[in-house]
Amino acid sequence: MSFRAPRTLAALTVGTLVAGFALTFFFAPNDADQGFVQKVFYLHVPLAICALIGFMVAAVQAVLHLRSGDPKWDVRSYVSIHISVIFGIAVLVTGSIWARASWGKWFVWDEPTLVSFLIVFLLYCTYYPLRYAIEDRERQARYASVFAITAGAFVPLNFIAVRLAETLVHPRVFATADGGLTAKMTFTFLVCLGGMALLWETLVRFELATKSSRARIGRLRRALEGDEAIGSGSRIAPAPREAGS
Amino acid sequence: MPALPLDEAGKYVAGAYLVFLALLLVYVAIMSARLARLDRELAELGELAGNVVERERSTREEAFRG
Amino acid sequence: MSAYRAILAKDLRTELRTLESVPAMALFAATTFVLFRFGLDRTELDGGQAAGVLLATVLFAAILAVNRVFVAEREQGGFDVIRLAPVDGSALFAAKLTVLVVYLVALELIAVPLFAFLFDAGTGLLALAPVLLLANLGLATVGALVSSIAVHSRARDLIAPLLLLPLLVPVMIAAAGAAEPLLAAAGPSYDGFAKWLAVLALYDVVFCLVGYAVYDFLLED
Repeated sequence: MSFRAPRTLAALTVGTLVAGFALTFFFAPNDADQGFVQKVFYLHVPLAICALIGFMVAAVQAVLHLRSGDPKWDVRSYVSIHISVIFGIAVLVTGSIWARASWGKWFVWDEPTLVSFLIVFLLYCTYYPLRYAIEDRERQARYASVFAITAGAFVPLNFIAVRLAETLVHPRVFATADGGLTAKMTFTFLVCLGGMALLWETLVRFELATKSSRARIGRLRRALEGDEAIGSGSRIAPAPREAGS
Repeated sequence: MPALPLDEAGKYVAGAYLVFLALLLVYVAIMSARLARLDRELAELGELAGNVVERERSTREEAFRG
Repeated sequence: MSAYRAILAKDLRTELRTLESVPAMALFAATTFVLFRFGLDRTELDGGQAAGVLLATVLFAAILAVNRVFVAEREQGGFDVIRLAPVDGSALFAAKLTVLVVYLVALELIAVPLFAFLFDAGTGLLALAPVLLLANLGLATVGALVSSIAVHSRARDLIAPLLLLPLLVPVMIAAAGAAEPLLAAAGPSYDGFAKWLAVLALYDVVFCLVGYAVYDFLLED
């Protein structure tokens, strides 16, 4: 399997994102409540949605890995989680900036989506030390898949629990996220969401392409140097293997 | 019509978008560093392959001569 | 069924003989209560703080048990035995889960009265029983799952708590949510009691199913 660098996808991503940002600043009206600060919403929420869906996708890929035993699904699951965690960092930082601008504090415990996202993010951060701690490659892949499935089941549960814990005394900070979006805002939001989803997919493809190249180089090296070849492979990131090798 | 009051709020919004851009650029930088390393390894392997071809050619020549 | 009973009986018998886990958990809980007394600078606790101190202590004591629950299997080749025998891997999972529940119940039988004694938090504790039972089930399910993962890794004692704590946040949320009105100074209130019990039950069901579904993959060589 070879992953060709997705040029058209990247171009489409850039186009959609630029369109989305242009719409944000030139088309979407200012929010009645929060004013200009609400513009962060078009950045923060699409990132969060894509990260969470990314985690679900990783869980599905993990299931496919366990059922088929094909290592390519483990590679995809790993990359899905990796990119979603990176998106997660962006979510938390932009969410924090939004909270600071809106509410004066760098983090608000009253916003259930932000809080439950923090918990999910902390959980998926443990994915890396887990992979690192298991040396046998096959076992590492299998256990990582079990983790991805468990964590995937955890995400909706956690969201429900945190949502229920929200006290009714404090109003939602990111109230716009719920409803009260005008048609213009909704359209802008959807374009940004599409752009972020495309960005996620593009980054995933780039990661997969790099891994594939590195694996091929490793094979080439082994063919030329024999088995004492020392490659620059990562210990935890699974390397895709070509079919029939 | 652009909604651009560059007061307090504007700085935060700009900050958020800049953070996003910065993260993206950091990612691109890391990827390009990785690709540079892969390039270097390929060059090495190219040399190795060249040596192997040389060796095989000289062995074949000897076999013909001998 | 008989494999489940055999593993369960063996573990409980060993625990009764060696008294390795439960006394340590109880002692840990007692000391943690003292730490909280000084950390919070409070001699009486009620409501949210009482719920937090009690549940956090139980949670951390559970980590002690989770770290130990598969060590014997790992060291004495128990996993190989299960793999070779015609036994469903989930029997092992169910047995270890039950063992952890038993340990936690034993712990709580000591720690909860101790808590009431130290912090004058006597009211509403009996009503905590269903909350604690459901929470124990959640702790045990996720604990058994995480312990199986951790026992085959290198930094075993590190990986287990690392994975366990984020996964247990919903248990904490729900249990504390139910316990807070129960331990209120003015007397127990059943505000939202059913809701939180439902959340705990949902959590238990989901992770029991996940554990049952994936466990055989954890046992593979």
